[in-house]
Amino acid sequence: MVSLPSPIVVDPMRPRPFRVARVMRETADVVTLELEAQTGPPLRFQPGQFTMLYVFGVGEVPISISGDPQKPERLVHTIRKVGAVTEALCNLRKGAVVGVRGPFGSHWPLEQARGHDVVMVAGGIGLPPLRPAIYHLLHHRQDYGRVYLLYGARTPRDLLFPEELKRWQYTLSHAPGATPVRVTVDRAEGDWDGAVGLVTSLIAPLTIDPSRTTALMVGPEVMMRFTIAELRKRGIPEENLYLSMERNMKCAVGFCGHCQLGPHFVCRDGPVLAFPQVRDWMTRKEV
Amino acid sequence: MSKGPFKLERAGLLQLLQALKTQGYLTLGPTVREGAIVYDELHRLEDLPIGYTDHQEGGSYRLEQRGDGAMFGYNVGPHSWKRFMHPPILRLFRARQANGDLEFESEGEAAPKYAFIGVRACELQAIRVQDRVFLGGPYQDPHYKARREQVFIVAVNCTQAGHTCFCASVESGPRAQTGFDLALTEVVDGEHSYFVGEVGSEAGARLLDRVAHRAAQEAEWNQALALVDRAARQMRHLDTQGLKERLYQSLEHPRWQVVANRCLSCGNCTQVCPTCFCTSVEDHTDLAGQVAERTRRWDSCFTADFSYLHGGSVRVSTLARYRQWLTHKLASWQDQFGLLGCVGCGRCITWCPVGIDLTEEVAAMNDVQTGRFAPKEAGGAHV
Ligand SMILES: Cc1cc2nc3c(=O)[nH]c(=O)nc-3n(C[C@H](O)[C@H](O)[C@H](O)COP(=O)(O)OP(=O)(O)OC[C@H]3O[C@@H](n4cnc5c(N)ncnc54)[C@H](O)[C@@H]3O)c2cc1C
Ligand code: SF4
Ligand code: SF4
Repeated sequence: MVSLPSPIVVDPMRPRPFRVARVMRETADVVTLELEAQTGPPLRFQPGQFTMLYVFGVGEVPISISGDPQKPERLVHTIRKVGAVTEALCNLRKGAVVGVRGPFGSHWPLEQARGHDVVMVAGGIGLPPLRPAIYHLLHHRQDYGRVYLLYGARTPRDLLFPEELKRWQYTLSHAPGATPVRVTVDRAEGDWDGAVGLVTSLIAPLTIDPSRTTALMVGPEVMMRFTIAELRKRGIPEENLYLSMERNMKCAVGFCGHCQLGPHFVCRDGPVLAFPQVRDWMTRKEV
Repeated sequence: MSKGPFKLERAGLLQLLQALKTQGYLTLGPTVREGAIVYDELHRLEDLPIGYTDHQEGGSYRLEQRGDGAMFGYNVGPHSWKRFMHPPILRLFRARQANGDLEFESEGEAAPKYAFIGVRACELQAIRVQDRVFLGGPYQDPHYKARREQVFIVAVNCTQAGHTCFCASVESGPRAQTGFDLALTEVVDGEHSYFVGEVGSEAGARLLDRVAHRAAQEAEWNQALALVDRAARQMRHLDTQGLKERLYQSLEHPRWQVVANRCLSCGNCTQVCPTCFCTSVEDHTDLAGQVAERTRRWDSCFTADFSYLHGGSVRVSTLARYRQWLTHKLASWQDQFGLLGCVGCGRCITWCPVGIDLTEEVAAMNDVQTGRFAPKEAGGAHV
C-alpha cells in the first residue's frame, strides 16, 4: 500500500451552489449573469480565468469570468447562446441556483505588462474574457503606458457593453484626444457610422512602442492568427503576444483529456497562453 | 520489511488469498472468461487460468493450452487494472433541487478495498503513470485516490514475453522493481509450480507472516531471475532515443496518411490501454426532476465528439485522431507528466481489429527524412 500526499479530501469535480442575483440581456443572444455564493467565501479570481457553470440536469460548460476582480462578491459571466447548456444559462431567471466550479486556468500577464503599452484585441464573445483585464488596467492606470481595445462584432446590434465602451474611451485614455477604444463591425446597419471590416485592420494605425508592448487577444482562432501576423508586422516580440484558447472541456482540472493542444492542457496551462507556447500547434491543421 | 527473497508453495499462495479475504479485500486476478483472460474476483486458486497461455499477434488473441500446470503462464489480456482504480463508469455527484435551492453531494459510497493478484511489471508502471495523472497535478481525483490508497498489490513477473510485448524497450518490465506489496515469480515444473518472491512494503511483510513460506535459497532466486531475464530477450522493440523530438518533427509525415487509411477510428486501442485516462460526462435527471446525476465514462480521442467545439470538431480526420493518440502516448505525455504514456504492454497492437502496431508506425517515421519542425507563419488559411 502506498501513502499519498495531501490528506484533505476536496472534490474538484463537485460544484458549489450560486444564486443568480441579476440577469442582464446584452444582445439578442448574449446574457450577463451575476452570481452570489450560497455558502462559503466569494470566488476570488485573476483576470482571464474561467469557471465551469452547471445547470441542473442539463450540463456544464466553461465560461470566462467577465466581472471586476476587485468585486469578487458578485461572480459575473457573459454568455452567448449557442447550444443546450448556454441556452439554459441564458434562460435563467433571478433567484435560480446554478453550480460553479473554479476559478480555473491561467490569467492575463498583467504583472509582466507593467510599464508597457497594452493592446487588447477582441472578436465577438471574446470581449467578456478581457473585461476583467480592462478593470484591472483602470484600477492601475498609471502603471501602464498607452492602452488600446480593438473590438470587432458582427453587426452594431451585436456590440457588447456599449455604455462601458463609451466610458472606456475616456477612462482608458493616456492623453487628451486619444481614442483607446476602436470598434469595427463586419456589417454596418442602421445609423452605424463607425468602421466596417476586420478587427485586424485596426492594428496598423496604432501608436505604440513595439518592443514595450504586450498584446492580449480573444476570439475565433482564425482571427487570432491574423491578429498575430499583424502585431508581428508592427514589431511586437512574439513572447509579448498572449491568447486565450478554447477547447472542449469536461473537467477543467486535467483529468478528462479533451482540451489538449499539443503538450498543453488548455484548462490548466491555459486558457491564456503566450504565442511561443502554442505557435507550433495552433498553426497546424487539426492538432 | 527486512525480509529477503522467499519461497512460497501453492498452499502458501492459497493462504495468501484467504488472508487477504479475511482482511476485507476483494481479491481480483486473472481468470478465463469467453476465450480470454480477464481480471475478476478470485475465490480459489482453481479460478486462475491454470495451464493456459495467450497467443497474441497484431489484431489477434487466442488462448492455448500450455501443456503444463502454470498458473500465470500468460501475458496480459484485454482488461487492465485501470478498470478498478479508474472505473469505466462512475457517478461524480448528485444534485438535489428543493425549495428553490440546489445541493450537491459527492459520491458517498466507500471505495472498495481491492487486492490485485497477478499484476505484471508493465501494469505497475501503468499504475504509476495514472498516479501522475490523477494525483500528481494541482488537483487530485478523490475517487481514484480512495481506491489507490487501499489497494494491495501482488505482482507476478512474466517469464515469457508475448508477441506484442515491448516492456523492455520502455524499461517498464519484465521484472517488477517497485510499486508492489509482494512480487512473485512462478517456477513451473510440469503440473506443479512454486513461487519465488520478494517483499515490497510493510503491508506485504505483514501479510507474508500469516502464510507458510521459507527463505529462498540462492539457487532458487537465481533461477527465478533467469526466467524473467529470458522474457526480456524475446520482445519487440521501440526506439525511445529522442522519441519525443522525432515525433514532434514528424507531425507532417506522409506515414500518418498511410496508417489513417487502415485505422477504423474504433477506439479499441484506447479502451484496452492501461494508461489512457480520458473521460466524458453525462447528466441525467430523475423523472420527477428533483434529483440530477452526473456520471463520468471512459471516452476515446478517436470519437467525433471528443474535440467538439461549437461549430464542429477540431480533429475531423482519422489522420488527426491517430496522430493525436500516438503523439500523446509517446511525446506530449512526457511534457505533461514527465514520463512516457506507453508501458509496452502491447494491448493496443493485439486488440486493434486491423493490427496497427505503434512500434511499426514509429519505426516507419524514423526511416524517412523529416522536414525541420517549422511552424507555419500565423495567419495561415485553416480555421
Ligand atoms: C476557457 C473557455 C472560456 C469560455 N468563455 C466563454 C464565455 O465567456 N462566454 C461564452 O459565451 N462562451 C465561452 N466559452 C465557450 C462555451 O464554453 C461554449 O459555447 C459552450 O461550451 C457550448 O456549450 P453548449 O452546450 O451550449 O453548446 P453545444 O454546441 O451543444 O455543445 C455541446 C458540448 O460541446 C462542448 N463545446 C461546444 N462548444 C464549445 C466551446 N466553444 N468551448 C468548449 N467546449 C465546447 C461542450 O462540452 C458542450 O457541452 C468558453 C470556452 C472555454 C473553453
Ligand atoms: S499504448 Fe499500447 S503498448 Fe503502450 S501502454 Fe497503451 S496499450 Fe500498452
Ligand atoms: S488504431 Fe486500431 S484500435 Fe485504434 S482506433 Fe485505429 S483501428 Fe481502432
